[in-house]
Amino acid sequence: MILNLTVSPDFAPDHISGWYIFNTWLQRQLGTRVHLELYDCFDKQREDIKAGKFDLVYANPFDASMLVRELGFKAVVRPLAKPDETIIATNAESTINNVEDLQPGCQLVATDDPDVNRIGMIMLEPADLDGDNTKLKTVDSYIIVAKHLLNQQADAGFFLKDAYDELSDLIKNQMKVLVSSEISVVHHALLVGPKLQQYIPQIQKFLLNMSSNEKGKGVLESMDLDGWEVMTDEETEFMIDLIDTLID
Amino acid sequence: MSEQDSTDVREVVINYYDGTSRTAKIYDREIPYPEGKLIVSRTDTKGIITHANQAFVDMSGYSQDELIGKNHYILRHPDMPSVAFAGLWETIEAGNKWHGYVKNLRKDGAYYWVKATVIPNIRNGVVVGYTSVRRKPSRSKIAESEALYKTLM
Repeated sequence: MILNLTVSPDFAPDHISGWYIFNTWLQRQLGTRVHLELYDCFDKQREDIKAGKFDLVYANPFDASMLVRELGFKAVVRPLAKPDETIIATNAESTINNVEDLQPGCQLVATDDPDVNRIGMIMLEPADLDGDNTKLKTVDSYIIVAKHLLNQQADAGFFLKDAYDELSDLIKNQMKVLVSSEISVVHHALLVGPKLQQYIPQIQKFLLNMSSNEKGKGVLESMDLDGWEVMTDEETEFMIDLIDTLID
Repeated sequence: MSEQDSTDVREVVINYYDGTSRTAKIYDREIPYPEGKLIVSRTDTKGIITHANQAFVDMSGYSQDELIGKNHYILRHPDMPSVAFAGLWETIEAGNKWHGYVKNLRKDGAYYWVKATVIPNIRNGVVVGYTSVRRKPSRSKIAESEALYKTLM
């Protein structure tokens, strides 16, 4: 049996190797082959997930919603103390000092990360801004989002907070944060497809024990995770309901 | 609220849909919505609060223990027309999502405005409760809502 694993494309590029190390580790634990496929585009990944190509998905919260409600996946674990938060930033020299200073017609820059972009747009609502009265340029990475701000090619940019925090100080010092979300209960999750659900207790056990041995700890570090915690069906449903309220 | 001028306060009897009422002290003082936060609560199908996040506790001025088990209407500000809440219940009981701008009453009598979204929590095809998520509204939407609600009182 070969299990197919994929990871939401919003992880930091520095941790690509970490996911391959995790793949090898998981293979050994389960005693079966695990094939990891990474994407740089959310839409293509979503298409393949919907086509039933994957058994295990480390999904961003918006895709987790689709996986559970439409495709019958079940969340097994979530990363420990790692909520998904969003930052809206601008050039440090900009006259814009808070979200309400942004005007209709302003230029935004973002990746195609669905949860960051949704939360970002929600945090623009106090300025009466939405998709209809702003211009959004989509770029391939958060580094490019930052470059657009540094070069004053955009008024504001959306970042996954983790990705923003990992930018170099040289780059961060040339930007200022307008607002940072503090939602706490929206996070990635590892989900298992309908065909594999009898293995959930086993997979859960391996993952929860990861942080208690040196080898597992090393693998977690390479993915920039502290560990995993159980995600119950009701916690998953709660997060999905919450996300549902954020989609107009 | 010790810094409040006593002339800012008024006492109002708030009547709830279930026939109960309470006298509340109302201060004409707005507490700004906290940047970047979402206020999250869940209720059972009768509107009894079963979950309140920290932002809800902080903004409402009630402790977690004071909120859990109470009807969500303890936040109802007397400037909110009852027809707005009738529309909310009609929408969510029909299984749909409700959006609206709401002036909420804090425990200390001050108020805060939110953009609220409420959805039914459906488990195995059955509505088991509701989730309400509030976010920061724009000043223009608050002004529009204030004007509209005055006509509905």
